[in-house]
Amino acid sequence: MQESPETRPDSLRSPLHELHIEAGGKIVPFAGWRMPVQYTSIIEECKTVRSRVGLFDVSHMGEIEITGPDRFVEVDRIMTAKVTGKSNGVVQYALLLNDEGGIIDDILVYIRPGSILLVVNAANKDKDFAWISSRVRGDARVTDRSSEIAQIAVQGPRSRDVIRSVVGNRAAALDYYRSLEGKAAGHGAVISRTGYTGELGWEIYCGWDQSPAIWRALLEAGAEHDVRPIGLGARDSLRMEMAYCLYGNDIDENTSPVEAGLRWLVRAKKDDYIGKEPYLAAKREGPKRRLIGLRLGPREIPRPGYTILHGGEEVGTVTSGGFSPTCGTGIALGYVRADRADGDEDFSIAIRRRRADAEIVRGSFVPSSVKGGGEEMQ
Amino acid sequence: MRIPEDLKYTREHEWLLMEEGTVTYGITDFAQSELGDIVFVELPEVGDAVTVNDTSGTIEAVKTVADIFSPVSGHVIEVNERLVDDPDLVNRDPYGEGWMIKVEVEDPPELVDLLSADEYNGLIEQEQANS
Repeated sequence: MQESPETRPDSLRSPLHELHIEAGGKIVPFAGWRMPVQYTSIIEECKTVRSRVGLFDVSHMGEIEITGPDRFVEVDRIMTAKVTGKSNGVVQYALLLNDEGGIIDDILVYIRPGSILLVVNAANKDKDFAWISSRVRGDARVTDRSSEIAQIAVQGPRSRDVIRSVVGNRAAALDYYRSLEGKAAGHGAVISRTGYTGELGWEIYCGWDQSPAIWRALLEAGAEHDVRPIGLGARDSLRMEMAYCLYGNDIDENTSPVEAGLRWLVRAKKDDYIGKEPYLAAKREGPKRRLIGLRLGPREIPRPGYTILHGGEEVGTVTSGGFSPTCGTGIALGYVRADRADGDEDFSIAIRRRRADAEIVRGSFVPSSVKGGGEEMQ
Repeated sequence: MRIPEDLKYTREHEWLLMEEGTVTYGITDFAQSELGDIVFVELPEVGDAVTVNDTSGTIEAVKTVADIFSPVSGHVIEVNERLVDDPDLVNRDPYGEGWMIKVEVEDPPELVDLLSADEYNGLIEQEQANS
């Protein structure tokens, strides 16, 4: 049966909770929240996002705001982002590293007029806030805005039409990883060309109490494309198909960006930053293990914790795995000994009493369409 | 959530149809709903011996995997071959076309504790209240 990570009766509720129940959403505990895991079927919902457009309530995500004149210097020093000299509207995917060079969280960094907004994983929000607050220096102030800001993701090849009609032409024309201050259905919002699905898509950050009106407007505007609400189950399948890391599964405080294939998130910079020395040492020495992708057969479904073999020898462990609705096969992300990570053949995964042959996949399992309707790849 | 009156149930969320010397079993509507989209069902071979409370197969869903526990000891006389190509029959019709395994039971039968439809309904209400 499905495992529940949290069963606290006092779990937090999204401002869209009632709308999810009305829409037939199956609500489950998730990272301290009660969120919709699916509305109809994970397979159907993945198809909706890959072929049309879907709406995700991701209001459980945390938002931490940094203000004050030293905010750029401080973000550059505490995170792997490089924001000094960057203008309003820039969005960066970045990491928070600890003093040992391990990953505290993977985050989005938004440069806004007068502030920098960090979007963090729900399960890590309190930890991140405490860490940043304890490390920040100079004239910069850290505020947890998570309970005021709701987040809705609009993802899929038809998402541009929906954004154009609910937010406007400027938002619809945003480049990948750019954002603007605008209005969604008449309410103030930050809109960005970002997402966690590999499809063309946008994310909308808005006021907690305004989010139901924006959600309804998006459903109405998307009706001609048969827009659907999409649960967190499909969100996880979609990100796995893109080989995007999930914090807690594929990366954690004992993972170096070098082994996770996330070196590209550590921007080249002159100044010091937390975790710099251990990170550079890990880069110099080379990783002991590396994250790889493996594709299996349609009836071979890997799960986290399963053993990865190479030439019959145990070389690693699955960290994310499941059935890919788009590929129609089992897929896995997992760490293997670095000396085997460049191997092309002879991988397998132990599934109960047998070994399932696995094909190594470099990059995503499904081609990325983030830069357009499939014609431009990431 | 459908719970037909004429079937018996187990705490592992399986249903049983008891006939003369045989037991047919599958998973309940609640179980298929909790598992979500089922993409593969691994069933035993006809002739295999099954033992009460042992695993007699596996259900792979998109997000999770579950064992099929044998509610009875005996020999497999039939499995639902249609599930090989159409595993989502379990989602669509768990008590009918989504049946899984038919066993010839030993005499006297060795069975798990069985629940009536009412008792099973009480069990899932309790589980839902706890989640």
